[in-house]
Amino acid sequence: MSSRRSRSRQSGVNSRITEDQINDLVSKLQQLLPEIRERRSDKVSAAKVLQETCNYIRSLHREVDDLSGRLSELLATTDTAQAALIRSLLLQ
Amino acid sequence: MTPKGVTLKSNSRKMKFARRFICTLLQMRKPRPVSLSIEEVRARGQRIKIAAYWSMAHAVGSRRAWSRALLFKLRNRARYQTIMRRRSPGLKTKRVIKNDTPGELSQTKKLRQLVPGGKTMDMCNLLEETAHYITCLATQVKVMQTLADNFSK
Repeated sequence: MSSRRSRSRQSGVNSRITEDQINDLVSKLQQLLPEIRERRSDKVSAAKVLQETCNYIRSLHREVDDLSGRLSELLATTDTAQAALIRSLLLQ
Repeated sequence: MTPKGVTLKSNSRKMKFARRFICTLLQMRKPRPVSLSIEEVRARGQRIKIAAYWSMAHAVGSRRAWSRALLFKLRNRARYQTIMRRRSPGLKTKRVIKNDTPGELSQTKKLRQLVPGGKTMDMCNLLEETAHYITCLATQVKVMQTLADNFSK
């Protein structure tokens, strides 16, 4: 542990990244994750936050995939009036 | 939960994204309802997906590293594909910065692959960009969800 500390302090001179900064950013990231945000426990490891972040991004990507497919199917059935309505909404 | 200023800002970005996305979407509509084959619908789904990411990156602009990377990737997509078809895979080399702590190495590696441009970011940058990317992606999903719900009414 102590050897790791000293090493990170040495490299910190070059990259100017402190462990505090990283921890700060990780906790900010944690606030954005619905999985962990709801959980009561204060201490969640950084590795866990990163893992949940990856899962969340993947699930969002999947949702975009699904919704693209759905919109493509729906696009075939929407009529011109609907499209015109949406277009007018946009111009507001 | 979020302060008012943040909500307002993300709302305007949301509108920017929605406007761009819907315009592209409406362009993809056929003037007359034509029955498309399953493949055609699927291909259009792909184009809608690209349009969604494109609109999102455009709404953010070039202020962020991830949106720059995404725009670059989408802009060069056609060219990239033809190059990759000619070239055998695995020849592409990229500058990779490594300063991850060993325990989080595998997760960070995965994260770098998921966030656009993540492979060349340092740790601090990666975390910042990831946070921003997630918020935008969630907004994107919300807009698409709203649209799909409205279309199906």
